[in-house]
Amino acid sequence: MGDAPDSGEDEPDAETDGGVRAYTVRLELVDEPGELLRALAPIADNGGNLLSIHHQRGNITPRGHIPVEVDLECPPDRFDDIVDALRDAGVNVIQAGEEHYGEEVSVVLVGNLVETDLSNTLSRIEDEADAVVQDLSLAAPEGTDGISSARARLAIDSGRSEEAIAAIRSIGSDKGLTVVEPLLGGEA
Amino acid sequence: MRLAILGAGDVGRSVADLAGEYGHEVVALADSTSAAVDPDGIAVEAALERKAGDETLGTSDPEDVLETEYDVLVEATPTTLGDAEPGFSHVRRALEADRHAVLANKGPVAERYEELRALEADSAGSIRFEATVGGAIPVLSTIEDCTPQSVTAVRGVLNGTANFILTRMAAEGLDYEHVLAEAQDLGVAEADPTFDVDGTDAALKFVILANVLADGGFALEDASVDGIQSIPGSALDLAAEDGRTIRLIGEATRDGVRVGPRLVPENGALAVTGTRNIVQIETRNAGSLHSSGRGAGGPETATAVLSDVGRLPPL
Repeated sequence: MGDAPDSGEDEPDAETDGGVRAYTVRLELVDEPGELLRALAPIADNGGNLLSIHHQRGNITPRGHIPVEVDLECPPDRFDDIVDALRDAGVNVIQAGEEHYGEEVSVVLVGNLVETDLSNTLSRIEDEADAVVQDLSLAAPEGTDGISSARARLAIDSGRSEEAIAAIRSIGSDKGLTVVEPLLGGEA
Repeated sequence: MRLAILGAGDVGRSVADLAGEYGHEVVALADSTSAAVDPDGIAVEAALERKAGDETLGTSDPEDVLETEYDVLVEATPTTLGDAEPGFSHVRRALEADRHAVLANKGPVAERYEELRALEADSAGSIRFEATVGGAIPVLSTIEDCTPQSVTAVRGVLNGTANFILTRMAAEGLDYEHVLAEAQDLGVAEADPTFDVDGTDAALKFVILANVLADGGFALEDASVDGIQSIPGSALDLAAEDGRTIRLIGEATRDGVRVGPRLVPENGALAVTGTRNIVQIETRNAGSLHSSGRGAGGPETATAVLSDVGRLPPL
């Protein structure tokens, strides 16, 4: 790794498309030998220049995976290919170049959140809605056996918000919870 | 135009009261038990005084109204669901007699839109129903001006009672039951607020909007409807921590109708407060248009009825 982007002989149009930009991708890796290398290959193979890798071992995501933050440089029109290649390789991309990718949405859940196993609800949201719970706030004024509310801020791959929200809606109806969804369409 | 008004609630009374100001004449006014009818124009004030004094509006039978010489039937009887009767039959009789009909009653337009349009096609008269959506706010005429084909979606807050309750819950940190009681004391919520708080009233309006966008095809049963009864004060507090609030939002597109509590930015256009209503009309070529105003009330809704009357062609 570490090839300067303008030195790659196999990327003839790399210099003609407006130079390179720096991007950050956040990945989530299974804790197994070789996973990091496997995750970095699609970046290098698609013309990305690795700048730094922050391997947050010990900082386990709610799904039990290891978050890895990768800074890279590439021409803007290559970035989509890199993200696609990562996903094709089965690497879970949590966030890709924050300002261009990844959407953040909040939902509020209402109901017997504690009795219906809040942590199970959250892991189902992560699995079934393919979202990452970034932040959670719980209010249980009636105590844990009453009606409580939780607000979760979720990171979702860009363009997937509607699907993710639909999945959360169905988890809510499974568990008898009211899901207050964000209004996605239009200029709310 | 000569107006025959069916229904003497807040809206019907206000239409009768304001008709003269708009250059129209009231030849009949009826509630469910009696009617005042005079082909030369009824004495509106006297009829309304009689009704207020717990007497009848007049000596005629409500049935006589539809036999009078009138140009426009104003259908302002209470909204009913399902077969939308008797409102639907009133409008049918007007159209079959080649008269115009202006509806403030949501039932027929939400539940039997295609039938109304078919009757209209066979009639010299036309139907208009601006007052059924958003009271004084010109929602349907704006869509008409943009042409329904270029409108991709309509979203907004179209129930003042639910909006008032959510606004007070957010501002005072109170729970639903408490604020509802307060709203009832203030006369903002009815003794039986079910239709407002369970989303039915807003859904009827968005069903009407979907019918206009898609030229029919929708009734209340096609809408997905959730109310605000299950929203605790704590949910609004949590939303506020994140710069958001919860509003009962409706959405109508050609694909469907949905009403439910949604998170919206606290300072966004759709987060209107109190009993105020707002609609956002999303257009293909002109971005989003917003209109806000009073979505209910006798004189407010009557202005929508009378604007409709003014748009009708001479018979």
